[in-house]
Amino acid sequence: MAETSVDHAHDTHEHVDESQRWEGAVSPFSASYGKIMMWYFLVSDAFTFAGFLIAYGALRFSMPTWPEPDFVFASFPFVDAHWPLIFVTFMTFVLIFSSVTMVRAVQEGHRENQRGVVFWMFLTVLGGATFLGSQAYEWTTLIVKENVTVTQNPFGRHIADGVYLNADKKKKKNADGTPKTFFKDQSYLIHMHDGKPSGVVYHDPAQRGEGMTAHENLKIKYTTGAYAGQVKEAAFGPKAFGALFFFITGFHGFHVFSGVLFLAIIMVNAGSGLYAARKNGYEMVEKIGLYWHFVDLVWVFVFLVFYLL
Amino acid sequence: MAEHQTYEEAKALVFRGLMLLGAITIVEVVVALLAKGHLIHGVNFSHGFGHYVYMLLMIGFSIYKAYFIIFFFMHMAYEVRGLVMSVLLPVLLLVWAIIAFFSEGSYWGRSRENIRQRNEETVKPAPGGSTQGYYIIPGTEKQVKLG
Repeated sequence: MAETSVDHAHDTHEHVDESQRWEGAVSPFSASYGKIMMWYFLVSDAFTFAGFLIAYGALRFSMPTWPEPDFVFASFPFVDAHWPLIFVTFMTFVLIFSSVTMVRAVQEGHRENQRGVVFWMFLTVLGGATFLGSQAYEWTTLIVKENVTVTQNPFGRHIADGVYLNADKKKKKNADGTPKTFFKDQSYLIHMHDGKPSGVVYHDPAQRGEGMTAHENLKIKYTTGAYAGQVKEAAFGPKAFGALFFFITGFHGFHVFSGVLFLAIIMVNAGSGLYAARKNGYEMVEKIGLYWHFVDLVWVFVFLVFYLL
Repeated sequence: MAEHQTYEEAKALVFRGLMLLGAITIVEVVVALLAKGHLIHGVNFSHGFGHYVYMLLMIGFSIYKAYFIIFFFMHMAYEVRGLVMSVLLPVLLLVWAIIAFFSEGSYWGRSRENIRQRNEETVKPAPGGSTQGYYIIPGTEKQVKLG
């Protein structure tokens, strides 16, 4: 695989004697100014994203608990179910497909095939728009249904084992008379009513409907850990989660959005014959292609830290 | 490096890339769901050694995906060595940034926990009269003389 080379229309680097590469007269990197500058822009952009993701890691490491991704990201459009990570897997596939159609557009550009370039770029734009739509759904669910904001995170995890209490502080009972218990690290969502916490929602596979969730009062009593025996109210999760999620996926989404705009502009230009006239193997398509693959590359790591770990 | 790929070979590489990235993503999600106990009841890797193996596996898969995208979709494999190095070497700086900031983050956490514990300390009267100059560490009944 590494021994082969794609057909660059103006690829000259195998004709340059290595010792002469920096002696003038040839481009030492055998690439155009525009392509080299796109690479260095992407390096700088990688550092920006790395800064955000490292901040996420540092803040996450500083918290005793962190929301569990397979509990937070479990909704799916038009389906009232608990499907952890399935929708975000769909989003990941949308980006992979749009990366693949982008590679095809670049290849057709090298063959100076105008119709091919426009066709594959159109599919790429569709993929980008689908991803943005999916992200809009994901954000809407978090903000409207689950009340996550940049300063508020109702997704928490229990710090010890315990039992749920009724409003009169008596233990809440199951149908068979045993107390309703929770365990250390179990995820819950604080349910909000008129802007105030009103109850706890958690995943219970035994429940049917409403996303297989069970509802309890806020009042809990720990049976293990440092707070054993104390009556508490289920607390909000780490505040930083909301801000980090919206800023990082938002910054990535903004890259996708800008990418879709530029892809659309370059697709129209390609269709008008502008790049065919330049006779440089549709280099502009290659440059926006680099940017588009980078957006997919960043998603690999956003997917890793927000959804997998 | 010298030989050129034909158009058909290039198209085949694209298809292989699609299959590879798709397969890795599916494996990642299946392993994640398994590790978090969603697939087999009672089986999960959310603590201890299994959790470390799980995290390393996920990071490894992601780095392989990143390598494939950079080298084959972005054609880095076919660029001149100088360009490759000038793009990839600066990124190595991030290795130290990750180590430094993650350990810094853990330190913030330990400090916060320390402050929380200190805030819960209460001054109780020492047994035997005098309340001055002593405090008791909660839960231990151990008397500590101040100053």
